[in-house]
Amino acid sequence: MQRYSAFSLVRHALSEHKHWRRAWRSPAPKPRYDAIIVGGGGHGLGTAYYLARHHNLKNIAVLERGWIGGGNTGRNTTIIRSNYLQEESQGLYELARKMWETLSQELNYNVMFSPRGVLNLCHDEHELKGLRRRVFANQARGVRGEFLTPREVKQFCPPMRVDCPRLPVVGASLQRNAGTARHDAVAWGYARAADRLGVDIIENCTVNGFDIRDGAVRGVRTTRGDIAAPKVALVPAGHAGVLANLAGFRLPIESRPLQALVSEPVKPCLDTVVMSGAIHGYVSQSDKGELVIGGGADSYNGYSQRGSPHVLAGSIAAVCHLFPQFRRLRMLRSWGGVVDIAPDASAILSAAPVGGIYVNCGWGTGGFKATPGSAFAFAHLVAKGEPHLKGRAFTLARFATGRLIDEHSAAAVAH
Amino acid sequence: MLMIPCPWCGERAEVEFAYGGEGGLSRPVVPGDLSDGEWADYVYFRKNPKGTHCELWHHLHGCGRYFEVVRDTVDNKVHGSAESGSDIRGVSDVKKV
Repeated sequence: MQRYSAFSLVRHALSEHKHWRRAWRSPAPKPRYDAIIVGGGGHGLGTAYYLARHHNLKNIAVLERGWIGGGNTGRNTTIIRSNYLQEESQGLYELARKMWETLSQELNYNVMFSPRGVLNLCHDEHELKGLRRRVFANQARGVRGEFLTPREVKQFCPPMRVDCPRLPVVGASLQRNAGTARHDAVAWGYARAADRLGVDIIENCTVNGFDIRDGAVRGVRTTRGDIAAPKVALVPAGHAGVLANLAGFRLPIESRPLQALVSEPVKPCLDTVVMSGAIHGYVSQSDKGELVIGGGADSYNGYSQRGSPHVLAGSIAAVCHLFPQFRRLRMLRSWGGVVDIAPDASAILSAAPVGGIYVNCGWGTGGFKATPGSAFAFAHLVAKGEPHLKGRAFTLARFATGRLIDEHSAAAVAH
Repeated sequence: MLMIPCPWCGERAEVEFAYGGEGGLSRPVVPGDLSDGEWADYVYFRKNPKGTHCELWHHLHGCGRYFEVVRDTVDNKVHGSAESGSDIRGVSDVKKV
């Protein structure tokens, strides 16, 4: 693999950038692997990378139904934070947030992590109490967080209206070391780094069955032939239930549409991330200048990668209440993804009821931020068969024992 | 926006309704007889199909009734609806609205 550096940029400039090599190979699937990862988003590619890097598993394939990062990895609103309420979530999300800080160096690929701060607004007394509780819970466990009065909110984010009569900002939490990253770069960076370690990344390869004998997986059936493997790790986001169904088990997951949109690009006008759970809207500005706006998930189950317009209209209305100056912006495009929501709004990193199958799903509306931590902890589980310390609470068993990790209040928007 | 056919009020816009999740579930008659796993299955585990889905809708801003709808989760085509409790999972039997 050619290393990316200022020097390589200059060298290639001399030959008019005609000789850059592909960032990763495009191999045909081998008949057998030591481990197969189903799902070529950030979490799946990251899992492959950490398996190869830390667990000495080199004969790995990542099977992707479409193209790398074309699912939720390329459809989210790129927000990174770790200000969750429960201890288990704080551990995993904070692990991920710390990894974001050095991910570009580790992968030799600029993921453009930008710790520009994340504001979570509250608009009434009850929400304020909940938010203060969350800030205290964060502070007690070493996750950075502070509480801002309306005046301090205005100082931190001058373009925002804090005295809107309909939605007055009565306070906010601020995590200063949270922010955004470039979503595509995360998929591409992990793909390139995993490929360098010998991982086969196979695109346009749909898994349509499993070879299961004596309660253990022996391989997968795909549109590009049967592939044998003693371990199969499922990282399919919205399609978790579909794959589980093929493998003969059930998941406590419901797949729903989640939409987002971007405005036309404008000059820098918003240097932080603003989220409001009560009014179902959040906004940040990308490096290209587009305002990236997201909202709540649609209420119904759906795999269509599109949602209902009134949900999107609600998010836009909310953002325009807080930023009246955005009303005149034209919207460039909107899109939807299929998010896998668990009953407690927390992820599932677990061995499946079928031997040799592991599942990483349930990230719902907020999986992007967790990408490095999720992949790191999941690779540990797949390699050793034992959960990583930071991921051990996120089992399927919690739904029977009742030890849920309730994060509905810490999700960016209610769902 | 989805158009939901209420069996009593006819086809109305989705904003009048609240989604009620998977239809056709019934609470176990004697919950105490269930193992923790079986109880979890009833409370948390859902079919979540990619394709035909039987689901509950609540005509919140209308007649206020719950009813079951058969909808395709990929193309959002609604195949029909019926009073809650009737068996409409076999799509051919669905009362077309």
